[in-house]
Amino acid sequence: MFPHLIRQFRKVGIVGINRRNLDYVSKYNPRHLYPLVDDKYLTKMLAIKAGINVPELYTVVTINHQAQDIHSILKKHATFVVKPAQGTGGNGVLIINGHSKRGYRTLSRMIISEEALENHILEILSGVFSLGGHPDKVLVEYTVQLDPFFKDLTYQGMPDIRIIVFLGVPIMSMMRLPTHLSNGKANLHQGAIGVGINIATGITTNGVWFNDVITEHPDTGVEISGICLPNWQNLLNLAARCYELSGLGYQGVDIVIDRNKGPMLLELNARPGLNIQIANQKGLLPRLKLVEQHYKELNTLEERISFIQKYFTNI
Amino acid sequence: MNRTHFYFFLFALCIISCGLFAYKYLVLGFPVTPEEKVNVWDIEVHISFDAQNEPVKVKLFLPGYSRNFIISSENFISKSYGVTTLTDNINRNVVWAINEASKRQVLLYRFRVNKVKVKSPPDSVLPYELEVPEFLEPYRSAANTLLAEVREKSADIDSFVMKLFKRLNAQPPDENVAILLDNEISADKKVELAVQLLALADIPARVVNGIKVKTRTNDAQIEKCIEVYINGKWLVYNPFSGTASISGSYLAWWRGTEPLVHLSGGKNLKTNISVGLQEEKAINAAMKRAETISPRLLDFSLFSLPLPFQAVYHLLLLIPIGVLFLVILRNVIGLETFGTFMPVLIALSFRETHLILGIILFSILVALGMAARLYLENFRLLMVSRLASLLIIIIIFIGIFNIIFYKLNLEVGLSISIFPIVILTMTIERMTITLEERGSKAALHQCIGSIIAASIVYFFMFNKYSRHLIFIYPELLLLILAITMLLGRYKGYRLFELFRFKELSKMQ
Repeated sequence: MFPHLIRQFRKVGIVGINRRNLDYVSKYNPRHLYPLVDDKYLTKMLAIKAGINVPELYTVVTINHQAQDIHSILKKHATFVVKPAQGTGGNGVLIINGHSKRGYRTLSRMIISEEALENHILEILSGVFSLGGHPDKVLVEYTVQLDPFFKDLTYQGMPDIRIIVFLGVPIMSMMRLPTHLSNGKANLHQGAIGVGINIATGITTNGVWFNDVITEHPDTGVEISGICLPNWQNLLNLAARCYELSGLGYQGVDIVIDRNKGPMLLELNARPGLNIQIANQKGLLPRLKLVEQHYKELNTLEERISFIQKYFTNI
Repeated sequence: MNRTHFYFFLFALCIISCGLFAYKYLVLGFPVTPEEKVNVWDIEVHISFDAQNEPVKVKLFLPGYSRNFIISSENFISKSYGVTTLTDNINRNVVWAINEASKRQVLLYRFRVNKVKVKSPPDSVLPYELEVPEFLEPYRSAANTLLAEVREKSADIDSFVMKLFKRLNAQPPDENVAILLDNEISADKKVELAVQLLALADIPARVVNGIKVKTRTNDAQIEKCIEVYINGKWLVYNPFSGTASISGSYLAWWRGTEPLVHLSGGKNLKTNISVGLQEEKAINAAMKRAETISPRLLDFSLFSLPLPFQAVYHLLLLIPIGVLFLVILRNVIGLETFGTFMPVLIALSFRETHLILGIILFSILVALGMAARLYLENFRLLMVSRLASLLIIIIIFIGIFNIIFYKLNLEVGLSISIFPIVILTMTIERMTITLEERGSKAALHQCIGSIIAASIVYFFMFNKYSRHLIFIYPELLLLILAITMLLGRYKGYRLFELFRFKELSKMQ
């Protein structure tokens, strides 16, 4: 049974963790670049410099006493997000939906006082939410607004689009849709749906929910297969440009689509997961090999994008 | 280039490791299993005589260089005699002396030998001038004729010696041999004659006296053979069979024609040699062998360390074994565990408690620790104080456990006091990080993975065979290193990935 499976996987070109780490991550991602993607503040700065659209940064808090002065800045914005620069898994993220006399109103209609918000900021600074317990920065930024296109595709939360970019060429992508089970989080482990996207056309294929192949959203019942994502070329452009931004040869680019401002870079990942192969029902290896063969000929962004149309339409 | 370099390096590691292993196993006889036993022989020389109220002096030859045995220990037993050992360039002696003695006296010399092939003889330079014996007529002509005849039929010294023995052993002896033997056909006489004839032919030779050491016996007999000096080496010949070798159980004792014991100041000398067969741990025997054959190897081995240090290495050397299996479990099987080496550390902590109890205690303590951690979460502490508080709580838990176990008269409870608390704290910390980062399902997954990995690692680390092997043959670490490095280049699928991507095998 196992030899058969292995043969089958080889045929499809499934990349396992060992191969990803040896042949791609450790070969194309220099370690010294990791901090650029681990710290969302640095990523954002680089993106702004490169002219890539990101959620607008209202302010960044790095020193404790700044916390008290923050309210004058926050007054100007009806909604905003407070989050740690090095947090993971959505910990420490606070979404403020509006102001009230007694303080701020959160997404779940809870009121928190100005003092409570200051405390939350101090906690982030002291490293409560960062993994190694390192002192952290606090980002206060624009709240991404759900695009009406995705309204029925998600149960609460914000769907995002993950694109694997190899040597500047987007090679595989999927959309992650939060479900009731995932508590509004776009994390496949926690029960979000992974939907494969044809990288050349932007049309969704099937969804994978845990281990099942599905075509409808389990909570909303809406068809999730065969949808054509809007402005797909823009998304591909944005993802491809992240190669110059971070310098990482093999990376996962997470993009969200804002109702008003269009696609925005959310974060970069130096060790993107392999579940994207399950969502797409395809192996990464043939595409990685193709790009490795041809990337020396691909000098401009246009060439990289047209490479996708040429090679990946039917693969 | 990079690739060849890598594989060459691994190959070199394997060669060094296996080479040392083979040398220690095949040549020095280091055992591969802990129970292995080897034979050793205890030999006792029992000397008795009647003293006559006057100064007594007993001289006994001690065993010297032997091709098949080494002496691992020896001692002299005599009541009030002065004991002096002497070494000349051929033999070792002991001299027992006393001013005055009366009645029957007993002197004992005991030694233990291990079977070892000892390579080169200690002296390769002829230690004395060759004395040409004087033969009187009619012996001289007989000797000359015999030697001339033998020389005619031989090509070199070796064949000369063989031919000569053949002639001496011929039945019935020919005329010249009969004259030389003087009709006395004792073995001693023959051997002595052979040495004299060889000396006459300008070939240095000497009588070797020894015993057969094989089975238990109460009355071992002295057997003689001859060593002939050819090309700077003493080669041994059996004069009776005329072959250039002796039995592997022959213990050469002393050289020359003198008797084993020389007594002055007494009479009715009786000498008896007995051989006893004993079993000894193979490792002890191998160590003695190594001391003789390659003392430098032993000098740089772990055995040269003081015992407390050795005890540390007994444990430390097991870690690479555990790490190797952890690499296999993680990279080839795909088991998810906390931290990188955490399961090895957990397995180490199981050492004190043994496996089943270890797992139970570990699970309970981790669960309690987790609960404490979740409670502490409410207060949002900084990492260092969070860890510190956790540590304190775990110590309190362990203390309570110990008291409960003690009250219940369960001795096992005592072993958790040695349960490494730090390992436990780190595990709980790791687990909570996973819990925050990837959710409770993943954390439980990793917890079970860690316990499974720790049990497997424990099984490979703490069995007497691997303990023994790695301590006796620490060069195996190089092999483990090579395998670990090789696994570091493993690009294939992990076993669990086969399940994870199973759906995809149906696709085209």
